[in-house]
Amino acid sequence: MGPLESDRRFYPPPSQGGLIRRLCLALASFIVALGSIVAAQAPPVPAAPQPRFVVVLDAAHGGDDPGGKLDTQAEKAYTLSLSVKLRSLLNARGIQVVTTRESDTNVDTNRRAEIANHANAQACLSLHASQTGSGVHLFASSLPPAPPTRLPAWKTGQSAYVTRSLAMAGILNSALQHAGIAVTLGRTAMPTVDSMTCPAIAIEIAPDRAAGSTTKTGLDDPGYQASVAEAIAAAMLEWKTEAHQP
Amino acid sequence: MIARYQTILFGVLLAASVAMGIVLWQLRERAHQRLLQGQDSAPTQAPEVAPAEPATLLVANDADNSLLSQVQTLPLPKDPGARARLILGKLMDLYAAPDAAHPVPGGSSSIAQVFLLPAPGLSAGITTPSSPAKTPEASGPQLAVVNLTGAFAASHPSGLEAETLTVLSICGTLHANLPRVTQVRFLVDGQPRPTLAGHADLTRTYLATDAVPTEGAHP
Repeated sequence: MGPLESDRRFYPPPSQGGLIRRLCLALASFIVALGSIVAAQAPPVPAAPQPRFVVVLDAAHGGDDPGGKLDTQAEKAYTLSLSVKLRSLLNARGIQVVTTRESDTNVDTNRRAEIANHANAQACLSLHASQTGSGVHLFASSLPPAPPTRLPAWKTGQSAYVTRSLAMAGILNSALQHAGIAVTLGRTAMPTVDSMTCPAIAIEIAPDRAAGSTTKTGLDDPGYQASVAEAIAAAMLEWKTEAHQP
Repeated sequence: MIARYQTILFGVLLAASVAMGIVLWQLRERAHQRLLQGQDSAPTQAPEVAPAEPATLLVANDADNSLLSQVQTLPLPKDPGARARLILGKLMDLYAAPDAAHPVPGGSSSIAQVFLLPAPGLSAGITTPSSPAKTPEASGPQLAVVNLTGAFAASHPSGLEAETLTVLSICGTLHANLPRVTQVRFLVDGQPRPTLAGHADLTRTYLATDAVPTEGAHP
């Protein structure tokens, strides 16, 4: 007796119910196979892209314009070194940075605002330094808030962003005070900031004078510089988190 | 023997000299008369000593970025422009003092002139039948144009806070003493200038209400 004969004994002739069951199984397997083929051919669903977050650092003055005279250097040199330091700190935190100047060059006021506006940034920081006052001075534009328009006027472009600029100033204020640095807040009329179409703050670093005493931590103190830069970077990280919240 | 032509020449020259002398004398007399007429147009009344009046100054403080109201008693003239110049001069004197909280060299001579003009965009004055019609120029808001000296701008400390405080204290002081002044513009040596010392914008029109005195420093 061959193997075929013995197999035939084990398979009874198909009945009516068994035939329907087999047809259903075949149909189900066909549908599953078809589904897997379609899934394999369909393009993969892209993962949700990480929203772009750009910070513009504007090192004030430069070239022929030295700015104010500090203890040992000109304001233009101080702001450039602070910009370089901040750029490193922000990049290390995964924040994209655009700078208005990378060396001791003349950059026109309007050009600075153009760079910031083309970057489509979420934060624009204009960096300054001064011998007067104490701690860090944060200045938002003194333009009155206005609703955003399709074609904002060049000299008052900031007015649509004043409210957000003030919110960003609040975050910077908290971060700097948390780092033990005295902060004063104010409003000012400054052509560069007034033309920026992004949340913008002018940050002026002054020597850290202890209240009621003549002793001060100079602008050249590396520890002071580092703590100011760290506090600003931390504030930008917080601003990024806030900006990405729905 | 003197030649005839020489005698004639001598006579002609002598006559010319005399004629020129007469003309010169007349010119001198005319110049003297003009001088006397000019003296007549000079004021003949003795200058009056203006009575001392209280003036409110908004004094800046660099330590806490604040403007504090301070009342000083000054002899003030009646003319609003001269009054404004004198008050701002006093403010600058405070800043030039050795122990100033907002040190700025220059003193009262830093303010060259203050011009008061009708504010642009002036709306027509509202009149009622019971009240006499007042022209908008006589009662409406004013624009003050403050002409600073170039020496003041050149010696002003450079910095966002320092320059902003100077500008706002001038605007606030003008509005506190001349309430009709609602807008302020700045010139330096009679010319527009982009910034005061590299930071604060001097090309825009400032609203006098931008300068609000603060009693505390930190927000």
